[in-house]
Amino acid sequence: MTPRTSAAAVAAALLLSACGGDAGNAGSGSLGGSVVIDGSSTVFPVAEAVAEEFQIANPNVRITVGFSGSGGGFERFCGGETDISNASRPINDRERAECAANGIQFSEITVAWDGLSVVVNPANDFVECLTVQELRRIWQPTSTVRTWRDVRPSWPAEAIRLYGPGTDSGTFDYFTETINGESGASRPDFQASEDDNILVQGVAGDRYALGYFGYAYYSENADRLKLVAVDGGSGCVLPADETIEDGTYTPLARPLFIYVKHAALARPEVRAYVEFLLTEAPAIVPSTGYHALSEAEYQQGLAEIAEAAGGAG
Amino acid sequence: MASHEGAPSVQAVLSGKRGRRIREAAIRGALFACAAASTLVTVGVVLVLLGETVAFFREVSIGEFLTSTRWEPMFQEQHFGVLPLLVGSVLVAGGAGVIALPLGLMTAIFLSEYSGPRLRKVLKPVLEVLAGIPTVVYGYFALTFVTPLLRTVFPQTDVFNAASASIVVGIMIIPTVSSLSEDALRAVPNALREGAYGLGATKLEVATRVVVPGALSGIIASFILAISRAVGETMAVTIAAGNLPNLTLNPLESIQTMTAFIVQASLGDTPQGTLAFRTLFAVAMTLFLITLAMNILSQWILARFREEYQ
Repeated sequence: MTPRTSAAAVAAALLLSACGGDAGNAGSGSLGGSVVIDGSSTVFPVAEAVAEEFQIANPNVRITVGFSGSGGGFERFCGGETDISNASRPINDRERAECAANGIQFSEITVAWDGLSVVVNPANDFVECLTVQELRRIWQPTSTVRTWRDVRPSWPAEAIRLYGPGTDSGTFDYFTETINGESGASRPDFQASEDDNILVQGVAGDRYALGYFGYAYYSENADRLKLVAVDGGSGCVLPADETIEDGTYTPLARPLFIYVKHAALARPEVRAYVEFLLTEAPAIVPSTGYHALSEAEYQQGLAEIAEAAGGAG
Repeated sequence: MASHEGAPSVQAVLSGKRGRRIREAAIRGALFACAAASTLVTVGVVLVLLGETVAFFREVSIGEFLTSTRWEPMFQEQHFGVLPLLVGSVLVAGGAGVIALPLGLMTAIFLSEYSGPRLRKVLKPVLEVLAGIPTVVYGYFALTFVTPLLRTVFPQTDVFNAASASIVVGIMIIPTVSSLSEDALRAVPNALREGAYGLGATKLEVATRVVVPGALSGIIASFILAISRAVGETMAVTIAAGNLPNLTLNPLESIQTMTAFIVQASLGDTPQGTLAFRTLFAVAMTLFLITLAMNILSQWILARFREEYQ
């Protein structure tokens, strides 16, 4: 073959193989297109698990899930960049105004409950329970707590190393609002990261560390972390399905949300993804470590979506 | 196509002697435009930085920025002292220099004075590979390999610490030091070496007493360039050094460098036009001025102390 002939043959082969790609795929889904999701790193495990299952049934839909933090997610969402925004705190007034200014209509759907977890290193043998007052003393903006002994005199005089989500994180907003009384009010000298895996690594590696993040990141790394019970006024309670369900794990039990853009619901793949999430949630949510809502609550979510999709435009 | 009698067609214009001059002028213009484009981009970047930095300093005093020791721009009670970030960057760059400068220089001396051509042919490409490894890989390497190693030697090391970032950044800039120094050493004429040998000097004496002093300006320039690269290093320090603004000279603690802060702030949801947003530009401007100063310094040293050989 001359070089020109073989080049033509290669080009033809490539073209033909590209043609054959889409036809006759295994999955039952004939859906295509893409779904763009961003937001809370706490909700990320749920969104990712759902996306994986969804993509098995619908291999032609491209789903991307980011974890810029609840705040970062809202900024992108209200700028029209994403279809769904994950959030571990409700949307605030400024973000609502931004969305309204850009003509983004959305529905807020609760998808799970999280027992926001306070963790220490497994080698830490003296901390079993922390009261809300102690947490506030440690984390408040004017905190003078430097060592464990400053928290309780019976504890060792070792420096506390603090790890927590960064200022863009919904978990940060929720924790500071609940413990310190105002969203965003926190002492500044802690290792901050929107990526909870970095926090896990920090606490797991540091004997006198203290950190907080969503329960899913604890349950994924339960062998490297130690959960601390929280005393919200009526005794020390560890976060667990039962204690979140009956409300005894307070005040750190919180709802997790997704915000769905109405305009995006006009696209069948987005609507299918959200409906898939709400139908499969009772099975998928517990596998990530969070607490699933009741069937009725998910049905309500589905009804809201149907209404929003019907009225879109 | 109708053409008036006597008016030349484009074809005719572009050929012939006059046409050649026009062609050459056009090519010159196009090439000049390319060169101008890169200059304009640089000027544009500086102008954007300058604009936002000036807006920043309308609200925050330069005094507080340069002298305060608290860097808390994203929290409720804001403090804008850049010193913790600056010291963090200097700590990492300094540590990297301690590793890279001696190793790089000695590698360069070996390559230029001691090694045979075959060994040089193998070593140089390997060094280039070291330079080609993506910095994010270096960062991950620091976190997963260097930090545990450090913790066995110094158990009080934090999980995120300046030392492991320094070490990998040092490894990363060794090729910069060694290749630039080697060029400087090779540029020293052989006549000087032969003269020293003729006087009975050993190889070590020739290398250290004759060649290195002769190439000193190039060597120092390479040092400065490598350090300025270490100051600007982003991914490795973001992954390995931590996110905790900390005014300390202890490399075993977590710190935050200027570059890591810029990453943290730009990945987030800081609304445009706010003071917190402008801190990004103020820090970037500081970084830019530092690397600019180092580049100018290295050019000056090269020019001032260059040995002219006949």
